Amino acid sequence: MGKIILKKVNKSFGATQVIPGIDLTIEDGEFVVFVGPSGCGKSTLLRLIAGLEDTTSGTIEIDGKDVTGAAPAKRGLAMVFQSYALYPHMSVAKNIAFPLKMAKMDQAAIDKKVTEAARVLNLTNYLERRPGQLSGGQRQRVAIGRAIVREPSAFLFDEPLSNLDAALRGTMRLEISELHHQLKTTMIYVTHDQVEAMTMADKIVVLNAGNIEQVGSPLDLYNKPDNLFVAGFIGSPRMNFVKGEAAKPYNAPTVGIRPEHIKLSKETGSWKGVVGVAEHLGSDTFLHVNVEGIGMLTVRADGDFPVTHGDIVWLTPDATRIHRFDDKGLAIR
Amino acid sequence: MARAVSTRRTVVFTIAAWIVALIIFFPILYTIITSFKSETEAIKGFNIIPSGTIESYQAVQAQSNYFKFFLNSVVLSLGSTLLALLIAVPAAWSMAFSPTAKTKDILMWMLSTKMMPAVAVLVPIYLIFRDTGLLDSRIGLTVMLTMINLPIVIWMLYTYFREIPGEILEAARMDGASLWGEIVYVLTPMAVPGIASTMLLNIILAWNEAFWTIRLTTTNAAPLTAFIASFSSPQGLFWAKLSAASTLAIAPILIMGWFSQKQLVRGLTFGAVK
Ligand SMILES: Nc1ncnc2c1ncn2[C@@H]1O[C@H](COP(=O)(O)OP(=O)(O)OP(=O)(O)O)[C@@H](O)[C@H]1O
Ligand SMILES: [Mg+2]
Repeated sequence: MGKIILKKVNKSFGATQVIPGIDLTIEDGEFVVFVGPSGCGKSTLLRLIAGLEDTTSGTIEIDGKDVTGAAPAKRGLAMVFQSYALYPHMSVAKNIAFPLKMAKMDQAAIDKKVTEAARVLNLTNYLERRPGQLSGGQRQRVAIGRAIVREPSAFLFDEPLSNLDAALRGTMRLEISELHHQLKTTMIYVTHDQVEAMTMADKIVVLNAGNIEQVGSPLDLYNKPDNLFVAGFIGSPRMNFVKGEAAKPYNAPTVGIRPEHIKLSKETGSWKGVVGVAEHLGSDTFLHVNVEGIGMLTVRADGDFPVTHGDIVWLTPDATRIHRFDDKGLAIR
Repeated sequence: MARAVSTRRTVVFTIAAWIVALIIFFPILYTIITSFKSETEAIKGFNIIPSGTIESYQAVQAQSNYFKFFLNSVVLSLGSTLLALLIAVPAAWSMAFSPTAKTKDILMWMLSTKMMPAVAVLVPIYLIFRDTGLLDSRIGLTVMLTMINLPIVIWMLYTYFREIPGEILEAARMDGASLWGEIVYVLTPMAVPGIASTMLLNIILAWNEAFWTIRLTTTNAAPLTAFIASFSSPQGLFWAKLSAASTLAIAPILIMGWFSQKQLVRGLTFGAVK
C-alpha cells in the first residue's frame, strides 16, 4: 500500500517561502513524476514527503495515517538519491542489506533477500565490491537494490539518472519502469528531463515556484495544457507561441502550436517564412523559421526534407491542434 | 639540462629541509645525548659526543620508580582521550549535521577557553580539587585533562564530520537507522581516519601536559611530566639525570608517534587534499 495525500503542505526556509501550499493525492501503485524548472521546489517537496525536511504547516498522510511529524524511518518509504549516497565503507552486499539489518531481520532472511535483489539488478558478481569500485550505472543499481529490499510502501527518486550518460540513462529508465510494473509500488520521481517524465509517468505534476500548475497523464498535459506555463514546459522542442495580429483569426490574445503540428510546404501555406538554423536529428529535422510579423517558429520536418539556410518556406498550422490562451495565460477551451 | 638543474634544486631543498628539521629536533637530540653523560660531563659545556655511560639512568631508576609514573601517564592520556571522544563525537556530530544559528558561536566559545592562561584558574580549580578530594587522584586528573583538550578534540572532529556528505546520513535515516545506528554504523566508520588522528594527537597532548599534572598531583597519580620535574630539585639541577628522566618520559610517545606518523599526517591533512 502506498497512498499519499498532501494537504495544504507549506514549507519555508526562514523567511523564504519555497512551497506556498500544495494539495496533492498520489494513488497507491501510481508512478508520479514531479517536473518543473530548476529551483521550483521539486526536491523540497520530495524531501517533505520523505520526512527529511519538516513541513512548516499542512499535513502529510500515508495510507490514511498522519505522518507529518514522523521520522523518516517511520514512514516506510525508500529513497534513491541523485548522488547515490551509498555507504562507501561497506560492500555492495552490506549496502543492500543495511535497511534489513536496521529492521533487525535475521541473517538468513537478509542473505536471501540480498541475493534476490542482486539477481534482479544484475549485481550478483559485484556483491563483494565497494561502491568506489563500481561504475555510475552499477552504483545506481545498488542504490535501487537498497531501496527495494525493504519493500517500502513507496519509492522516492530524486533525479536518479542525471549523473549518467545518455545511453545508460535510456537503459536505466526502462529498468525502473520495468521494476514499477513488477512491484506495482507507488513511485514518486523527480526529474527535469522531458523524456523521463513523458515516458515513465502515470501522472505528471508540473511545479512552478512551489505551486502545482497542472496534474495529469502525460498525454493530458501534452494535449490539453491548462496554461501557458505547462504548454511551454511539456513537449520538446517547446510549443510556439503566437501573439497579436497573427493570433486574431483564432479569437485569442495568444495561441500556441507545437512544432510537430505545423505543415511545411515549399509552394503554399498560411505563413511565409525564411529558414534559419536547421537541426538534423536523422529521423526528424527541426527548422527554425523566421516568419514575418510573428517571429521565430520551430517546425518539425521529416529527416530528409530538402532545405537550406535562407530558403523560403510556407507554414500551415493544424487548426485542430491550436491551443488558445487568454490574457492571464489560461487555456480557453 | 633542465633535469640537471632540477636535481640540483632537489639536493638544495633536501639539505635545507634536513637543517631545519635538525634545528627543530636539536633540543630533543641534545637531551638524549646529555642523558648518556655523567653529571660532571654534563655541566662542562657544549659537547655532542657523550661518554656513553648509563649511570644517570641507573640513578634515576634507583631514585624513583619510573614504571609507576609511566603507568600513570598511560592511564591518564588514554583515559582522558577516550572520555573526550565519548563526549566530542556526539557533540561534533550535532554541530556538523544539525547546526543552529548559534553553532558557530559555541565553537568559538569553546576555542576561547583555550585562549585564557591556565594559571588564571589555578586557584579555584585547586580548591575544588582539594575540597572534593580529587587532588592526586587519577580520576580527577583524567577529568581535568579531558576538559583541557575537549575543545580541540571537538574542533578537529567537527571539521572531519563536515567532510562527510549529508546525503549519506539521510540515506541511513531513510533506511531506518536510529540516531544511534546512524552514528555507529555509518558516521563513525566513515570518520575513522579523522577520529584516529584526533585520538593520536590528543594522546600526545595529554601525555605532555605539564601544567596541571604537576600541580594537581604529588605521588599517587603523578605521570611522567611530574617525574621529570622531580629531578629539578631545590638541591640543584642535575642535568644528566634530568635528561635521562626526560628521555625516558618522551620515549614512549616518540615511538608511538613514529609508528603512527602516516595516520597522523593523513588525519591532519584530511580534507586539505581530499
Ligand atoms: N536548506 C535550504 N535553505 C534555504 N533555501 C533552500 C534550502 N533548500 C532549498 N532551498 C531553496 O528552495 C528552492 C527550491 O529548492 P529545490 O532544491 O527543491 O529545487 P529543485 O526544484 O529540486 O531544483 P533542481 O531542479 O535544481 O534540483 C530553491 O530556491 C532553493 O534555493
Ligand atoms: Mg532538486
